[in-house]
Amino acid sequence: MRELEVNKITEAVRDMCIKINHELSDDMKQALNGAEASEKSPLGKKILGQLQENLQIAESEMIPICQDTGMAVLFFEIGQDVHLTGGDFTDAVNEGVRQGYTEGFLRKSVVSDPLIRENTKDNTPAVIHTSIVPGEQVKITLAPKGFGSENMSRVFMLKPADGIEGVKNAILTAAADAGPNACPPMVLGVGVGGTFEKCALMAKQALTRPVGTHSEIPYVHEMEEELLDKINGLGIGPGGLGGTTTALAVNINTYPTHIAGLPVAVNICCHVNRHISVVL
Amino acid sequence: MSKEMKLQLPLTKDISSSLRAGDYVYLTGTIYVARDAAHKRMIEGLAEGKDLPFDVKDAVIYYMGPSPAREGRPIGSAGPTTATRMDRYAPTLLDMGLSGMIGKGKRSPEVLDAVCRNKAVYFAAVGGAGALLSQRIKKSDVIAYDDLGAEAVRRLEVEDFPVIVVADCEGNNLYVTAVEEYRRA
Repeated sequence: MRELEVNKITEAVRDMCIKINHELSDDMKQALNGAEASEKSPLGKKILGQLQENLQIAESEMIPICQDTGMAVLFFEIGQDVHLTGGDFTDAVNEGVRQGYTEGFLRKSVVSDPLIRENTKDNTPAVIHTSIVPGEQVKITLAPKGFGSENMSRVFMLKPADGIEGVKNAILTAAADAGPNACPPMVLGVGVGGTFEKCALMAKQALTRPVGTHSEIPYVHEMEEELLDKINGLGIGPGGLGGTTTALAVNINTYPTHIAGLPVAVNICCHVNRHISVVL
Repeated sequence: MSKEMKLQLPLTKDISSSLRAGDYVYLTGTIYVARDAAHKRMIEGLAEGKDLPFDVKDAVIYYMGPSPAREGRPIGSAGPTTATRMDRYAPTLLDMGLSGMIGKGKRSPEVLDAVCRNKAVYFAAVGGAGALLSQRIKKSDVIAYDDLGAEAVRRLEVEDFPVIVVADCEGNNLYVTAVEEYRRA
C-alpha cells in the first residue's frame, strides 16, 4: 500500500492545465506539419502554415493556443494499492483546475447550471472519470475540450443489421455535418459498442490516443485509415475553406455490446486536440 | 477572381458590397466584440426599447470571447467562435446597418439573405489561431455588460487583422464553392 497526498494531484493538474493550453503534444505538431506539406489548396496550405505559426507564438509568448481553453476533462487510472490522503479527491482535482485556469490566464468557460448559465469564474467543476487499475501509481490524463467541435459530436444508436457500413456512414456523416464549425483539420474520436454512455466515453478517450497510432485490432485499424482517407475526400479542408486536409486522424475504440445494439459515438475535436498525461 | 487587400474601417456599404467570397482582407480600425450572452442581451434590450451599447451602422462585429490578458498586453488569445450560434440575432442587427461579421462556421439561410439584402459581408477568421490573431489586436476595452466576463461587449483596435470573405452580398458562399472544388467524387 502506497500513500499519496491529494495535494500532489492538485499540483499536477494545475501544471498540466497551463502547459497543454500553450503547447500541443508532439504527435499533433507533427500531424499539422505533415498536413501543410501534402495540402493541395493554396489557401488551405496558407491556413495550415498560420496554425503552426500560431503554435510557435502560443509557446514563446505564453498566449493560449486557442481562446477556448476548454472544459477540463480528466481521466484518472488509480492503482488499487494507492491510498489517497490529506483531503477529498474531487476537491483536490477541482482545486488544480482552479489554480491552473486562474494562474495561467486561461479562459473561464464553465457555467454553474446549464440553463441559468452563471459563470463559475474559475472553470470548475471539471469532468472527472476514474478507473481502478492494478498497481500503486496514479495516471492522470487531461484533455481540455473546446466546444466549437464538442457541439458537432454525435451519438448514433445503430442496429446490428446496419453493420460496418452503418458505422462508416455514421462517422462520415458526423465529419461532413461538422464542416467548418469544428475548426478543421479535425481529429475524430470514435467509440463503437458498449452502451449509450460507454460509447461516448470511449469516443472521448480515443481523442487522447496519439495521432498516428492505430487500433491493435486489424479490421479497426483498416477502418481508421479508410475513414481518414474518405473524410479528407469531403473537400472541407483547413478552416472549412476547401482542401484535401479535413481530418488528421480517426481514432476508434471498441467494446463488447448487446445482441440488439450497435452504439456509435463520434467525438469531434478541432486541430487544437490537447491531451497530456502524467504518472504520480 | 479572389483578391488580397487592406481595408480601413468603418466598413461602409460601398466597400462591403464590393467584397467577394474568397477575398483575403486585412482589417485596420475599430471592431466590436460580442458573442452568445451579449447578443441575447442586446436583442432583448431592443425589444424593451433600449439602445445598443454601440452604433451598429457600418460596424463590424467579431464573434469572440478572449482568454484573460497577461500584464502589459491588451488581450489574451482571441480567435473566432462559431457564428452559427448568433444566427438568431444577426438579421436584426444587419437590418439596423451592421455591415460585417467575423466568425467561423456556417450561417443560416436567414442570415445569408440578410447579408444580401443589406449589402453586408460575413468574414471568417482562422479558428484556433487565437495566439496569432491576438497579436493583431492593439487595444481592447470592455464597453458594456462587464458582468458577462469573457462574454462582455468590447471595442477593439485592430491592425492588419486577417479575415477571409465567406459570404458576400451576391449570395456567394465560399464554404459551399471551395468545398465543391476539392471534393473527390
